[in-house]
Amino acid sequence: MNREEIRAVVLRVLSRIAPEADLSQLQPAARLRDQLDIDSMDLLNFVIGLHKELQVEIPEADYPKLATLEGCVSYLGSLQKSG
Amino acid sequence: MAEFVMPQLGADMTAGKLLRWRKNIGDRVQRGDIIADVETDKADIEVEIFASGVLDKFLVQPGEKVPVGTPLALLREEGVAILSAGTVSPLARAATAMAPLPAAVPTPVIVLPPPVVFPSPGRLHISPAARKLAEEQDIDPASLTGTGPAGRITLEDVQRAVQARTAAQEPPDRQTRMRQAIAAAMARSKREIPHYYLSTTVDMSRCVQWLAQENARRSIADRLLYGVLLLKAVALALRQVPELNSIWKEGKAVPSADVHVGVAVSLRGGGLVAPALHHTDQQSVGGLMKQFLDLVQRARAGSLRSSELSDPTITVTSLGEQGVETVFGIIYPPQVALVGFGKIAERPCCVDGQIVARPLITATLSADHRVSDGHRGGLFLAALDRLLQEPEKL
Repeated sequence: MNREEIRAVVLRVLSRIAPEADLSQLQPAARLRDQLDIDSMDLLNFVIGLHKELQVEIPEADYPKLATLEGCVSYLGSLQKSG
Repeated sequence: MAEFVMPQLGADMTAGKLLRWRKNIGDRVQRGDIIADVETDKADIEVEIFASGVLDKFLVQPGEKVPVGTPLALLREEGVAILSAGTVSPLARAATAMAPLPAAVPTPVIVLPPPVVFPSPGRLHISPAARKLAEEQDIDPASLTGTGPAGRITLEDVQRAVQARTAAQEPPDRQTRMRQAIAAAMARSKREIPHYYLSTTVDMSRCVQWLAQENARRSIADRLLYGVLLLKAVALALRQVPELNSIWKEGKAVPSADVHVGVAVSLRGGGLVAPALHHTDQQSVGGLMKQFLDLVQRARAGSLRSSELSDPTITVTSLGEQGVETVFGIIYPPQVALVGFGKIAERPCCVDGQIVARPLITATLSADHRVSDGHRGGLFLAALDRLLQEPEKL
């Protein structure tokens, strides 16, 4: 899966968590929490959604790597390579 | 024959609009079955029935808005009455009793506007087109100020009046109604409940460590949030100071046999609801977490059940994720206490004579002074602190 495909998955999962948000306006390097007003429960649902879509294991210690859209794509890409 | 009435789903609800029936006449229903969808100012709610029987007659049709307590349907069963003692949970009865019931009529009273009385023709200086429109729209021309020559009422004058009336009659949107409902409940709380506030600082080191270890061994879908430890600890602490787990009814506090912690959930787009996690004190933290996830998801999707809104015996609100340090909450009537949590932050802390960094949280109690005193409130916070020092036992 290339970066664009991973990005599409991330946005799809985010759209279920923040259905009212215009995800086309997301700043790739800005914190998702600030842009989408997501809380820890949203974050947990986000991780569960990524796990289901990509079959990746995301340890809790790695949650900070999911802070931005850019970070998500890079981190998930590295998981796919190592997996 | 028993009546199924429009339930009161929280202190801020005075009326509800029946959206649809989920069952048909002649259907057998069991206690707890969802039989209707009702629109309140805050959300669309799946309404459960509190008795078993056979649906005999619908008294209210979808689309009708009726006051709390209005009979919606009749239930036929072997001598079982829905609203008789023992068939409705005490909490549901308490919730229903919070507002005066409307007159016991089988159908809602429809108040018709008084007929418009038009003055006899010729007394007003009005154009024929304007008079025709005014008659069609039930607008009294005498109430209008003419802007035509010599004060003549023109067609535009009547059109403006029609537009103004339409704007005034347009129901406020859900967001506005939710704000109004919250305002009414909170104003009532501040008017009627003599609040007192206590706070304490809790060392969350053990909880943070335990949670990290616990989540490392759990699958992603089974991971816990620290919020669930706070909820369970509140529920267990209430067992030690049970008067805080009461409902104010008819001038006195009625202790609740069960602990149903209401969780304040902020809704995307604004507003909040505080549905119950039923039997919070009796569940494992894993089970509670699953219920918590489901509850928040459904609250935000607008598919809560009536019992979840009518049953809370206390409310917990946590604003730590917004960076808040201390919460001074307003009690949600008819409850008599609210527990607030701020953020977990690393702060200097004195331990065994040494200053060390520790993750600390501020827990606050807003309590009704008619029901408890500061001494008991302090014991509750002390119990909460003790419980959070042994997360493995929660």
